[in-house]
Amino acid sequence: MTTTTTAPTSTAVLDASGVTMRFGGLTAVRGVDLTVNTGEIVGLIGPNGAGKTTFFNCLTGLYVPTEGKVAYKGTVLPPKPHLVTQAGIARTFQNIRLFANMTVLENVLVGRHTRTKEGLWSALLRLPGFKKAEQESRERAMELLEFTGLAAKADHLARNLPYGEQRKLEIARALASEPGLLLLDEPTAGMNPQETRAAEELIFAIRDKGIAVLVIEHDIRFIMNLCDRVAVLVQGEKIVEGPAEVVQADERVIAAYLGEPFEGAPGKEEAAEVEAAEAEAHSTTEGDDK
Amino acid sequence: MTKTTDTTVDTTKVSTAPATPIVPLPSAAARALAVAGSAVALVGTFLAWTWTEEFPGNLTVTGYPGGLQVLTLVGSLLTLLFAVSGYGVKGLRWLTPGGTNSPVLLSALGVLGTTGYALGAISYELGGLVNLELGAYVSGAGALLAVIGALGLPVDQPYDPSDPHPHLWGRIRHALTAPEPARAKELPSWAEILVIAAGFGVGLYVFAYGIGTEYSELFIGFLIVTGFGFTAVTRAGLLKRLSALTAKHRNVAMAAAFVAAICFPFTQTNDQYALIGANILIFATVALGLNVVVGLAGLLDLGYVAFLGVGAYAAALVSGSPQSTIGVQFPFWAAVLTGALASLVFGVVIGAPTLRLRGDYLAIVTLGFGEIFRITMNNLNGNSGPDVTNGSNGIPNIPDLEIFGFNLGLSHSVLGHELTRSGNYYLLMLLFTAIVVLVFRRSAESRIGRAWVAIREDETAATAMGINGFRLKLLAFALGACLAGLAGTVQAHVSYSVTPEQYQFAGSVPPNSAFLLAAVILGGMGTISGPLIGAALLYLIPAKLQFMAEYQLLLFGVALMLLMRFRPEGLVADRRKQLEFHETGQLDVPEDKSLPEGATGVAKAGA
Repeated sequence: MTTTTTAPTSTAVLDASGVTMRFGGLTAVRGVDLTVNTGEIVGLIGPNGAGKTTFFNCLTGLYVPTEGKVAYKGTVLPPKPHLVTQAGIARTFQNIRLFANMTVLENVLVGRHTRTKEGLWSALLRLPGFKKAEQESRERAMELLEFTGLAAKADHLARNLPYGEQRKLEIARALASEPGLLLLDEPTAGMNPQETRAAEELIFAIRDKGIAVLVIEHDIRFIMNLCDRVAVLVQGEKIVEGPAEVVQADERVIAAYLGEPFEGAPGKEEAAEVEAAEAEAHSTTEGDDK
Repeated sequence: MTKTTDTTVDTTKVSTAPATPIVPLPSAAARALAVAGSAVALVGTFLAWTWTEEFPGNLTVTGYPGGLQVLTLVGSLLTLLFAVSGYGVKGLRWLTPGGTNSPVLLSALGVLGTTGYALGAISYELGGLVNLELGAYVSGAGALLAVIGALGLPVDQPYDPSDPHPHLWGRIRHALTAPEPARAKELPSWAEILVIAAGFGVGLYVFAYGIGTEYSELFIGFLIVTGFGFTAVTRAGLLKRLSALTAKHRNVAMAAAFVAAICFPFTQTNDQYALIGANILIFATVALGLNVVVGLAGLLDLGYVAFLGVGAYAAALVSGSPQSTIGVQFPFWAAVLTGALASLVFGVVIGAPTLRLRGDYLAIVTLGFGEIFRITMNNLNGNSGPDVTNGSNGIPNIPDLEIFGFNLGLSHSVLGHELTRSGNYYLLMLLFTAIVVLVFRRSAESRIGRAWVAIREDETAATAMGINGFRLKLLAFALGACLAGLAGTVQAHVSYSVTPEQYQFAGSVPPNSAFLLAAVILGGMGTISGPLIGAALLYLIPAKLQFMAEYQLLLFGVALMLLMRFRPEGLVADRRKQLEFHETGQLDVPEDKSLPEGATGVAKAGA
């Protein structure tokens, strides 16, 4: 896959402005602006219940935002999930939603749905284009399975894959729709460090294909390694946005995650102790890898 | 997962299993007993079973088996073959690539079942055991001995390691199981095709015999023998071998199946049985159409028979029947198009509002629409509405079809064989079945079919993959309706008249919505052969066992419950369903060993 973007790298792929989502009296997302540029990996973090997934659903058309608009490459997206996918935004789900009783290959082929056109008549009459289109779809799907490292398991049922590979398959399926922007909803939830690192590499590889990525994640370390830019959502509002280091140091973010410091806060010695212990634990993990 | 690896290792027929057989006999003696028993049962069928000819089938002749005796004969022959194959006799070993001993037990049970049933029926109907003659006792005793011998044979696979000492019932059930056959060695393809042809030939013969059973005792005996015999053949691994071959030569297998089906009316001399065949085909075709809606797209439609009705009414109105309110006579092809198109339109009109619902709600609404159709047809009678359908009188006197000067209403002599009216319609209907099979297969194996399955699996994820859920569901609904309408156009002519009461939700005569759905589920959702087999069974059993008409629905319900308990994927399972309902674990899935120990613990601490 080669990107033919002649525009400067700062073109906005996704431009959400003033997105607000209310469920009755509850405002889950309040006036959030977010842009994602080409070739960028943007992270979206926030404590549980901050409205990250709701915001995602607003972007992908599963929810119709109460206010605000979402534009993809300059055109405002219609609030229908399949049209959003057709426009070029693909997503994965927080709780994996594969087609469990279809094979791995079939899952990816379903992802190709919007990029193929063969209708019922073509299938029934086996019109000339049918075989070729099927063949091409299969080849593209196999390429993606190679890319995600699942090619050997193409004929397995999706439900029989181990957890980490199910996550990968979901990504492969999303990539099959040839998106310009990939939305990943907690791609490393429940993964161990090795799998997390593999996911990280996969996401970089996706970025290198010219696909912008927006990631929701809880694992701060993961997001700090990965993202060019991080936005923090707290109680439905975006409080900070900026490079990882800036966000990490921001007091409001720390407060949102850890709460305000209180009087009996741990002293310097205790903090140093904890740090030392963590460093040791970290070094053992590194050792295990090699 | 460990379970499967254990069982597949033990494909050798050596009784290394620690399990003792249910009847404690040395295995050589047990096998000899099974062989002797089945031979005795076989000999018994050549003797008279009863004194009088009052029992149907004439069981009084010595040296010429008839009626139920034939079934015992066939069953004991099968038992004998399986038992002798267990000796490793050259030339017979191909019979048991899977299990060796469980087929013996199953077929012996089949013989005992049918013989026992025959003896019971004779004594009961003629008033006492005194009516039995020597042959009956010989066959009965032989069957019993065969079963005892078969119970003494070592089991085909070791017990489940998690439960190495099951109770008696568990041991009996275990004795009926067998390992899967190993991969067959390659035959030249002409030989493989010949095997397929032979397989379908046997299938046709069994099916035609079942339809041609003249009295219900014979049909019950037939069900017992084929039920056990079929399971025995499956356990022996022959069915797996055959299906592997049919999967390899799919088009040949399909052609063979249709050739066998074409042969059917030529095996029947009785018009009545050919009519049963035609009706089964109508039922099966509609069931296959429903399979698009239920099996592929996962839309539970409880009013599907209405589409059959729309097709039939449309065809009846343009058939030139004197009672038709339109009074036009279309040529057949135009009538077919009219019927299919009317159903299609009806499908879209009903589908457009209802398909916005999901799951149970959709089922209830379609159920409602099915009934609305019937009541509307009843009310369009000139009194409570415009006169279109003659109300409950329906449209009678539908003339027979004439295609290219070939009048389907008359008997024709084809290749020296009399082809009756029902035979004609059977062949016409077979053409439509072939079309529906083709439509099902091609649509299932396409982008559209995959999208349907995706919607069935997870509609939210499917729409997130760019599938327009509503549009594709409507497409499935409309296609299903169109196929049912197609069958309806022929049905109108086969049954001479169309009345609203033919298209109910539930009734004792198929096709109705409940039976259609049952045929799909019983046969196997999402498969082609499943609904065909399911429909054949569901039509034949009520048609043949009319003496228990009162209990028919009760028995039907019991049968469905048993099936759902023991084989939820239906009689014919596609690979997907098989894996869905039974946690067999895929053989080719490696153990999950991607991580070194200890890493996870650190991860949790770190997070």
